[in-house]
Amino acid sequence: MIRFDYARPADVSEAVRAGSGEHAAFLAGGTNLVDVMKENVARPLQVVDINRLPLTDIEAREDGGLRLGALVTNAATAYDPRVQQRYPLLASAILAGASPQLRNAATNGGNLNQRTRCYYFYDVDTPCNKRNPGEGCGAIGGVNRIHAILGASDQCIATHPSDMCVALAALEAHVQVTGPDGDRAIAFSDYHRLPGDEPWRDNTLRSGELVTAIDLPAENFSTHYTYLKLRDRLSYAFALVSVAVALRLSEDGRIEVARIALGGVAHKPWRVPAAESLLQGEQPGERVFQAAAHAITEGAVGQGQNSFKIELARRAVVRALGQAAAGTPQSQTDKRIA
Amino acid sequence: MTATTKIGIGTSLSRVDGAEKVTGKAKYAAEYNVPGLLYGVTVSARIAKGRITQLEENAARAVPGVVDIVSHLNRPKQAWLDHSWKDELGIPGEPFKAFHDDRILFAGQPIAVVIAETFEAARFAASLVEVAYEEEPHNIDFTASLAEKFTPSYFKRRNTYHPPKKRGDPDTAFANATLKLEAEYHLATEHHNPMEMHASTVEWHGDGSITVYDKIQGSQGDQAYLASAFGLGKKNVRVVNAYVGGGFGSGLRPQWQVQVAVMAAIHLERSVRVVMTRAQMFTHVHRPECTYSIRLGAEHTGKLSAMINDATTSTSRFENNMEDIVVWGMMNYDCPNASGEYTIAPRDTYTSADMRAPGAATGMTLFEIAIDEMAYKAKVDPLEFRLINYSEVDAMNETPFTSKALREAYREGADRFGWEKRSPQPRSMREGRELIGWGVATGMWDAQFSKTAARAVLTADGRLEVASATSDIGTGTYTVMTLVAADTLGLAPEQITARLGDSDLPTAPVEGGSWAAASTGAAVQLACQSIAKRLLKAAEKMEDKPLHGAKSIDDLVFADGAMALKSDPSRRVAITEVMTAAGLDRIEVEETASPGIGGMISMAQKSRNTHSAIFCEVRVDEELNQVRVTRVVSAVAAGRIINPKTARSQILGGVVMGIGMALHEETFADKALGRWMNHNYAEYHVPAHADIEDIDVIFVDEPDPEVTPLGVKGLGEIGIVGTAAAVANAIYHATGKRVRQLPVTIDKLLHP
Ligand SMILES: Cc1cc2nc3c(=O)[nH]c(=O)nc-3n(C[C@H](O)[C@H](O)[C@H](O)COP(=O)(O)OP(=O)(O)OC[C@H]3O[C@@H](n4cnc5c(N)ncnc54)[C@H](O)[C@@H]3O)c2cc1C
Ligand code: SF4
Repeated sequence: MIRFDYARPADVSEAVRAGSGEHAAFLAGGTNLVDVMKENVARPLQVVDINRLPLTDIEAREDGGLRLGALVTNAATAYDPRVQQRYPLLASAILAGASPQLRNAATNGGNLNQRTRCYYFYDVDTPCNKRNPGEGCGAIGGVNRIHAILGASDQCIATHPSDMCVALAALEAHVQVTGPDGDRAIAFSDYHRLPGDEPWRDNTLRSGELVTAIDLPAENFSTHYTYLKLRDRLSYAFALVSVAVALRLSEDGRIEVARIALGGVAHKPWRVPAAESLLQGEQPGERVFQAAAHAITEGAVGQGQNSFKIELARRAVVRALGQAAAGTPQSQTDKRIA
Repeated sequence: MTATTKIGIGTSLSRVDGAEKVTGKAKYAAEYNVPGLLYGVTVSARIAKGRITQLEENAARAVPGVVDIVSHLNRPKQAWLDHSWKDELGIPGEPFKAFHDDRILFAGQPIAVVIAETFEAARFAASLVEVAYEEEPHNIDFTASLAEKFTPSYFKRRNTYHPPKKRGDPDTAFANATLKLEAEYHLATEHHNPMEMHASTVEWHGDGSITVYDKIQGSQGDQAYLASAFGLGKKNVRVVNAYVGGGFGSGLRPQWQVQVAVMAAIHLERSVRVVMTRAQMFTHVHRPECTYSIRLGAEHTGKLSAMINDATTSTSRFENNMEDIVVWGMMNYDCPNASGEYTIAPRDTYTSADMRAPGAATGMTLFEIAIDEMAYKAKVDPLEFRLINYSEVDAMNETPFTSKALREAYREGADRFGWEKRSPQPRSMREGRELIGWGVATGMWDAQFSKTAARAVLTADGRLEVASATSDIGTGTYTVMTLVAADTLGLAPEQITARLGDSDLPTAPVEGGSWAAASTGAAVQLACQSIAKRLLKAAEKMEDKPLHGAKSIDDLVFADGAMALKSDPSRRVAITEVMTAAGLDRIEVEETASPGIGGMISMAQKSRNTHSAIFCEVRVDEELNQVRVTRVVSAVAAGRIINPKTARSQILGGVVMGIGMALHEETFADKALGRWMNHNYAEYHVPAHADIEDIDVIFVDEPDPEVTPLGVKGLGEIGIVGTAAAVANAIYHATGKRVRQLPVTIDKLLHP
């Protein structure tokens, strides 16, 4: 047996204490952590089960936003009436992911921290810098259909697989964390990171830090939004490319604020401020959508098998912008693309 | 009293084993808990080819609970002759023998098994076994392997292989053809992956005998194989496979987990279980990858004048797995000039294997895409094109069919689908941003019959047990046996118990090739008829002669637990009454159904096939190329249908698998590492619910008393054949893009 200590603390500070140290891991829904443990990808010596922590609420925030507890399940979040009415983009993105069974078990904190789906990462008989620093990257020159086209490094071309996080990036959420050095809030765009020379680091959490909540700002883009996900089958597959779009339109129909985040293309949800500002002040239309789609994929590099993602991402951005501007968001049950 | 209340052949009966399955009472190979069971976890080779130079076992052996480690270094004796390792399929070559020596033939090959008191200890210890290798150059890439493709000599061919028979002068005809198509088609490697992973529980009885609970499609073939490979003697091996959680062909041959489990049991003289992991399920059997080049010539009317086929499928370096790829179009279409070439290409993987409709699912499907292309070239409706080239006879073997209701299948399918409303031009049907396409394809499969025995035991309480060593891999054999017995003896299904999946039962072949229903059904019918005859004899001795005048059972009607005169149904007697009157506790008979002399002659003179017409509607997003299969009609001509309900399920499953072949299934190889990479259900895609919408199944009337004793042709495989072509053809009709490589994924439509 792989021996590990198991703790199930009832309060956050105890969890942080137990979770500090190189070989500790927090266990939430377990839909990803248990898998990586079974595959011998991770062998934590201290498993800190956080399911007893009081992080299971969705609460209103003083600034008009919403706070999502780290242990609220993905399903409970997506079906929460406040989320559904005010942050339909988030609800839609969550429901585009995984399966009902998984969403019932998966938590918000776990979703943020899930590992990549790179085939090599999960197969300990193959080289992978993320799993085993310095071993080399099997995916470069290997099977890389699902890999990154943006922000990759010569050490790792993995993507972050989450759908939920793509919406959170567009909504400019904040991640509330607590750790040995106290509490802090991390802007969503700073939470996940690019692989660079340290591909083993998925995000900017410091050792022992625990995600306690995700804060959604007051601005919710509940009229002009969409989450469009393209994948190899119509459900229960990770995104080849996904797009979250949130728009604020002025009374004369011009775009005041545009947010575009891409999923399935990089080590983190991909946003390019320059692409978004191209849309600012413009009337929605094919020409500006195209310009934005090109700008957000600028510098994209294919690895061979995944090169099609560049064109697919552009087309998806254009379509998603159209859906959001028209107020006809993509349904996650009717698989016809709006 | 009338036959109308009778449940029998043609009645839709729910699976008789359904409740057992959904309540978890049905036991599968890994679920037999025998006393003192040990658990084996297999260590897989990291490299694709080479030798094991060192096995470092100390860390693993130090894990508490570990009992032993078995590998090529200490395994029990194995038979030396390859011949002793031949299974029922008899694939020519050197059969794979786990732990035979230090050679590595494919990535994921089993190289040692860690046996422990608990599964957890075994699993952990297995991860601690360190293996050192001497690596050799390897190749998993099919395209590269084509450089070594060959046609096996006569003695090194699979005995099920049918070489294509040339007719006419195809080269000249092609050269002179008005319309020409020359194209290359491809099918990706697919792995079977039934839900139940390959598993074996070997029970060690201590007297030299073992019972093996195995995931296998045929218990007796497995029994003979294990007895011979490990020198156990047939009487010392019993194989039980009462329930099999799906097979698709992956359990036609004994797989390595049973070798490993049996070796561990012999070595330790204890009971051992070995279960493959899902990842290991991706290292053994798979549908061969295929490249198929097709040249078609036609007149401007759409009449085919030449068909030139050339296909290659993948195999391993140690066995020659072969399929019938190029013959289907040659048999199905009326075309005076046709030829076929077929080769196999070896690569460093496990041997490819039969997977649902082997050969046809690949060859017929790809050919049906070519036919579609030619129809467009000729500017003829694709259905009309198939009718123009319709052959009443098996055009390659020049033999008549026992029956062929394909024309009816085309017609009924087209009616149900609404084909006449189709607009001929590609990209001419749309709704909003979705392009709509309608495609058609033909399916064809063998209607086979295999010698099979069955036993029937009727007891005085009116209960009947029918038994045969056949298997039910989810296909509904239990239900078929029950229905045929109910039909013959007029008993209620609740009165009947069907038993199968045990090598101790009467002789039956491996379940595959869609022959089980026809063959087992015939055997059960024979056995039940034998009982009927005995009952009639017994009734004749009854004082009141209730059935007086009946000369044979043909003069009787069996219904509602009674037998009655056909000519005067009021003259009847309950079966239990007959038993009591004759003082019979039980009647036991065993009968064997075999083709017989008449059948053999018919087999030599006539072709026996099932046919189908598949119609499909797809909707493809014009810009993003997302494909939705919104409607499929599969019209099947398969002779007599024993149980419409399970028969429909078989076709539904086949169609779903065909949609997977069209859009999803593909195992990706890492060429540098020589291994399959997407070895789990999250990354190896089969259709999810959202991918499946309307599927309509039609069974066309096809009376065929000649094909098999019951007129049954079998249905396990025909549902998949051609389905992927119907989808691909519909995609072309929708988009105007012809993708010749299956699966048709979004990238191929984006950059055709
Ligand atoms: C077959 C399959 C298909 C899937 N498909 C999709 C999909 O299409 N789209 C998608 O978005 N996702 C998909 N998922 C992923 C799924 O969403 C994640 O597994 C899930 O969100 C993880 O949440 P969890 O609570 O189970 O996390 P766990 O497995 O418990 O933890 C995951 C990681 O997060 C860490 N962690 C958990 N909570 C915290 C916390 N509060 N603070 C700090 N660290 C923490 C853990 O230590 C661990 O490293 C799929 C998963 C599977 C298995
Ligand atoms: S892409 Fe990243 S995760 Fe995948 S093999 Fe390379 S280093 Fe590992």
